Amino acid sequence: MKITHHLDDATLVAYAAGTLGEAHRVVVAAHAAMCGDCRTAIRAAERVGGMLLEDQDASAVSDTCRAATLASLDGVTRAVPRRGKPSGELPLPLASVLGERGLPGVKWKTKAPGIAKADISLSPGARTHLQLLRIAPGKALPDHGHGGGELTLVLKGSYSDHTGRYGAGDVADLDEDIEHAPRVDSDVECICLVATEAPTRFKSIWARLAQPFVGI
Amino acid sequence: MTSLVLSMMSSGKSPEPAASVHAELLALVAASKDREAFATLFDHFAPRVKSFMMRKGASAEQAEDLVQETMIAVWSKAALYVADRGSVATWVFTIARNLRIDRLRREKPNQFTDLDDYDAPSDEPGQDEALHRLQEDSAVAQALAQIPHEQRELLILSYVEDLPQSEIAARLQIPLGTVKSRMRLAYRRLKKLLETLT
Ligand SMILES: [Zn+2]
Repeated sequence: MKITHHLDDATLVAYAAGTLGEAHRVVVAAHAAMCGDCRTAIRAAERVGGMLLEDQDASAVSDTCRAATLASLDGVTRAVPRRGKPSGELPLPLASVLGERGLPGVKWKTKAPGIAKADISLSPGARTHLQLLRIAPGKALPDHGHGGGELTLVLKGSYSDHTGRYGAGDVADLDEDIEHAPRVDSDVECICLVATEAPTRFKSIWARLAQPFVGI
Repeated sequence: MTSLVLSMMSSGKSPEPAASVHAELLALVAASKDREAFATLFDHFAPRVKSFMMRKGASAEQAEDLVQETMIAVWSKAALYVADRGSVATWVFTIARNLRIDRLRREKPNQFTDLDDYDAPSDEPGQDEALHRLQEDSAVAQALAQIPHEQRELLILSYVEDLPQSEIAARLQIPLGTVKSRMRLAYRRLKKLLETLT
C-alpha cells in the first residue's frame, strides 16, 4: 500500500494530546495503523506529553490511594499485547468499533444509485459522528465544502478531486476552506471512513444527490 | 531491587538522568514483579498524574482513581514497554491519557486502541538506542524551553488543559486556522530542535 496523503501535523498533535473527538480518534488511529510515518510522527508528539507530565508539580497522593494501589497488585493479571487483525483487512482501531462481524455486518443505507452510507455507533455522549461511505465506480459526490474538522480515510478503491488522488490508506485532512467534488476512479467501489463534527454534515449532499441531475 | 539501581538513586555522585532510572525500575517490575521498584515509580509518577488530571478538570477524588488505574496499568503492562519508542514518562502519559478517555466514555467501553497495539514490536533496543532515546527526551525538555511563548502556551492548553483546538481559538480569541498553524509550527520546531540537539 503506497500512502501519499497523510495526517496534518495539527491533527497529530491533537490526537497525541487526547483532545480529538471520538470519531476523529478512530480515523487517526486507523490511518496510523496503516502508516508507519504517521505512527512515528504521533510518537514524537506524545513525547511532548511525556515531558509536560514530567514537568507537573507533584500533588500529594493520599496514603489510602497508595496503599490501595499496592494492595491490589497481586490480583492484577499481566497484560498481553492485543495484536493482530481480527477482521481481515480492517485496521484494528476500526475493527474494534465495527464489532465482531466487521464490514460484512455493516447496515448500508442507499442514498442515491451507487451511493450508500452507514453510521457507526460511538459512545452515547460522543459529540462527533463516524460513518462509512460506499460509492460505486465512476460516481461522484456533488461539489461541497468542509465545515472544518473533517477526516476521510480510504479503506478500499480510490477517488480523485482537484487536491489529488486518494487510494487505500490515504487520509484527506483538508482545511475548512477547501471545496471538492470527489469522483471514484477505481474500477471497484470506493469505501471511505469519514469523521465529522456534526451528524447533519452530509444532509445537504444527500438532498442534492436526490435531485435528478446528479449521479451522472 | 538491584544494587545498581539503588546506588544510582542514592549515591548522587553520578547524576544519572531520572529517565534512565525509571526505565531500569520498570524493567525490574517486568522481570520480577519487583514491588519496591514499583513503589519508587509510584512515588515519582502518581503525584504528577494526579496534578495532570486535576488540571484537566478532575476532582481530587477522580484524579486519585485515575492515578490508581494508571499505576496498576504500569504494573500490568510493564513488560510491554519498549524503550526505543520513548521514555517511561511518555509511556505513562499515554496510559493516563487513554484511561481518561475511556473513563469519559465509560457507558460504552470501546477500549481505546493505542499505537502499541498495532505497531509491530521492534527488536530489543540495543543499549545505544535506548540511551539515544533518553538523550532525546531531555532534548524535548530543552526544546520546549526554546520555542516561543505563544507556541508553548498552545501546547499546554492542549496537552495539559485538555482544550480542543476550536476551544483554544475561542479562549484566545484567534481564528482556528491560526491555532492550527501555531500548533504545526510548535510541533515542527520541536522536531527540528530534537534533530539538532541529538
Ligand atoms: Zn500517514
